[in-house]
Amino acid sequence: MRKHLIDIKSTSVEDIKLVLETASSFKDVLSRDIKKVPALRGKTAVNLFFEPSTRTKTSFELAEKRLSTDVINFAVPTSSVVKGETLYDTIKTIESYGVDFIIIRHQSSGVPHFITSFSQASVINAGDGINEHPTQALLDAFTLIEKKGTVEGLKIAVVGDIFHSRVARSNIFCLRKLGAEVRIVAPNTLVPKGIENEGVQIYNNLEDGISDVDAVMMLRIQNERQSGGFLSSKDEYFRFWGLTSKRLKNAKPDCIVMHPGPMNRGVEIDSEVADSAQSVIHAQVINGLAVRMAVLYLLSTA
Amino acid sequence: MKRELLSKQDITRVLLRIAHEIAERNKGCEGLCLVGIQSGGVDLAKRLAAAIKNIEDTVVPVAALDISFYRDDLNIKKTHPVVKKTDMPFDITDKKIVLVDDVIYTGRSIRAALDALMDLGRPAAVQLAVLIDRGHRELPIRADYVGKNIPTSKTEQIKVLLQERGHDEDSVVIQRVE
Repeated sequence: MRKHLIDIKSTSVEDIKLVLETASSFKDVLSRDIKKVPALRGKTAVNLFFEPSTRTKTSFELAEKRLSTDVINFAVPTSSVVKGETLYDTIKTIESYGVDFIIIRHQSSGVPHFITSFSQASVINAGDGINEHPTQALLDAFTLIEKKGTVEGLKIAVVGDIFHSRVARSNIFCLRKLGAEVRIVAPNTLVPKGIENEGVQIYNNLEDGISDVDAVMMLRIQNERQSGGFLSSKDEYFRFWGLTSKRLKNAKPDCIVMHPGPMNRGVEIDSEVADSAQSVIHAQVINGLAVRMAVLYLLSTA
Repeated sequence: MKRELLSKQDITRVLLRIAHEIAERNKGCEGLCLVGIQSGGVDLAKRLAAAIKNIEDTVVPVAALDISFYRDDLNIKKTHPVVKKTDMPFDITDKKIVLVDDVIYTGRSIRAALDALMDLGRPAAVQLAVLIDRGHRELPIRADYVGKNIPTSKTEQIKVLLQERGHDEDSVVIQRVE
């Protein structure tokens, strides 16, 4: 492993597999009565979230605590950031406390990479703009292996707002590296230019796109990034692109349904599907904890 | 330059003796479990269980314990820790555990193993069986069952080569590390 986890695009297949194998051992730890190990005792992590987050922030915080790491939760709205402090100065101040890990989510793409240029700590990207969300892709791959035995050879449809989705980008890189056949299923307005160069097939029809697939990966319609008139209305989006039980019948009978959360029920996914036996959305949450423990553990020795 | 310390026959003989000692000291196999430390200790624990079965006609359960998350040298090691699986198919609470490892050296692995065990339950007692004790202890830990005591230099390395690990024949060798 390298010192930082900034993206999946530049992460090797070997390192991806190392994380997934190590996460498997941490999943075992999480099933025990005592769910904590002393592996990172004495280390300090700061969770620096410039955007709202429930599951990623909670997941990182719990992963850190399960590894016996000291945790600083940096609350951006009540920090000197609102007084106009630069990102550089904020990071340098935090670093002065001797932190070993900086877990950062930022609305601008490239911020985690920028921090690696001057910080001594290991930087983990917890989502940057519309660029990448590497730990989400790793936990999705882990969940696929858990449910399907392997990623190699699977047909996977990534459905929805591909354009604004860092989850989609990281997943496309990760799933392709692990040997899956990846389909992008979205209206034309939400397909980023040049994505076909990443070895994916593009479908502009949901029924065709999920036909005979092993997994459907639904994406959240990102209301906060829809100012450019990408969608006519949520109702219309659901009518054409919402995953319903009827549409899911086009996929393989044992197809699993994934979603990175938070879900917009009745927009990209129907409640009946979200709560069905085919849904592995809650397993993704648990697996996220194991994967983030593995990432922190492996980066600590890099 | 390698030098053989134990041959295949020696290893078989030593493990049989330790199996007898475990059965004798514990007055049989009631509540007894063998827990091998990943990786070498697991193979030896399985062999000890087979030997005890021949002696006592009782099946002693065997588990595998990975100590990676409990090590104190994460910052010192230059390579990534290879995490293996802990496979503990039984509850260790109130059991008599015999921890099994191939070589005892500084004692730090055993310290880590004890911490890992305590997180899994509360055994009635923990004993330690090792094939080789090479000295140089850094912690106050000693084995209850020792196959062979071998005074070594810190510049030497002991390797336990077992068929289960893909070696043609069992042996224990010592070699100087450059």
